[in-house]
Amino acid sequence: MSDDIGAFLTLHYVIPGDLMAAGEASSSVRNKLIQLGVSSQKVKKAAISMYEAEINAVIHAGGGEAFVYIKPEKIVIVLEDHGPGIPDIEQAMQEGFSTAPERIREMGFGAGMGLPNMKRYSDRLDIKSEVGKGTTITIEVDI
Amino acid sequence: MKLSQIAEILEAEYLCGKERCDMEIESICGSDLMSDVMAYVKEGGMLLTGLIHPQVIRTAEMMDISAIVFVRGKKPDENIIKLAIEKNIAILSTALPMYQACGRIYSASTGEGKT
Repeated sequence: MSDDIGAFLTLHYVIPGDLMAAGEASSSVRNKLIQLGVSSQKVKKAAISMYEAEINAVIHAGGGEAFVYIKPEKIVIVLEDHGPGIPDIEQAMQEGFSTAPERIREMGFGAGMGLPNMKRYSDRLDIKSEVGKGTTITIEVDI
Repeated sequence: MKLSQIAEILEAEYLCGKERCDMEIESICGSDLMSDVMAYVKEGGMLLTGLIHPQVIRTAEMMDISAIVFVRGKKPDENIIKLAIEKNIAILSTALPMYQACGRIYSASTGEGKT
């Protein structure tokens, strides 16, 4: 993958569609960034953005895959899923807009804050989605 | 305010992390919506919530939150406590409802605790 160029560390995770385990990949990336000595503010930005994206992949697509490229100047997090896709990305970006079912709301998510939070905490956010095929979220956090 | 003082004010019991009751809590937030915790909480500290789910611990981890108080007498299951121990997060439980718990801490902190 082209994102791999210049990365001194590449991590790959398979994200299962398990609501209880959601967040394990983000937790592992967070620990890795702390070990590498990345500042706590940047670690938090990357961890929160990825965690929201991971939760979304579990909720909407039954899981997916994450590729994380840690470069000297930035962290690039790519989350791919093969879920239903997002018909209207602009609408999905609005705070409060959600298509998550009730059982997701019961775990403290699904209130239409996931994508806005990814935007809030990332330095660059790219969403590519095709209905019926899936979604790829690319989150970049500058170090 | 120290965690031990908060535990006393809330008449809360420790479910794990009691050995760190001397830690200083500088920021406190009460919410059942984890996405809001991530959107608006600026610093780590303490979270009060009535939501019992492993994702509460995950959220705390991402936010550098070092203590969680479950309100309304809620008690998480063993797996949640195990995860909290692994993440070095103290867990307390109080019988008080959210509003009273927040009110008591707010009064006691006399402006020292931020939302």
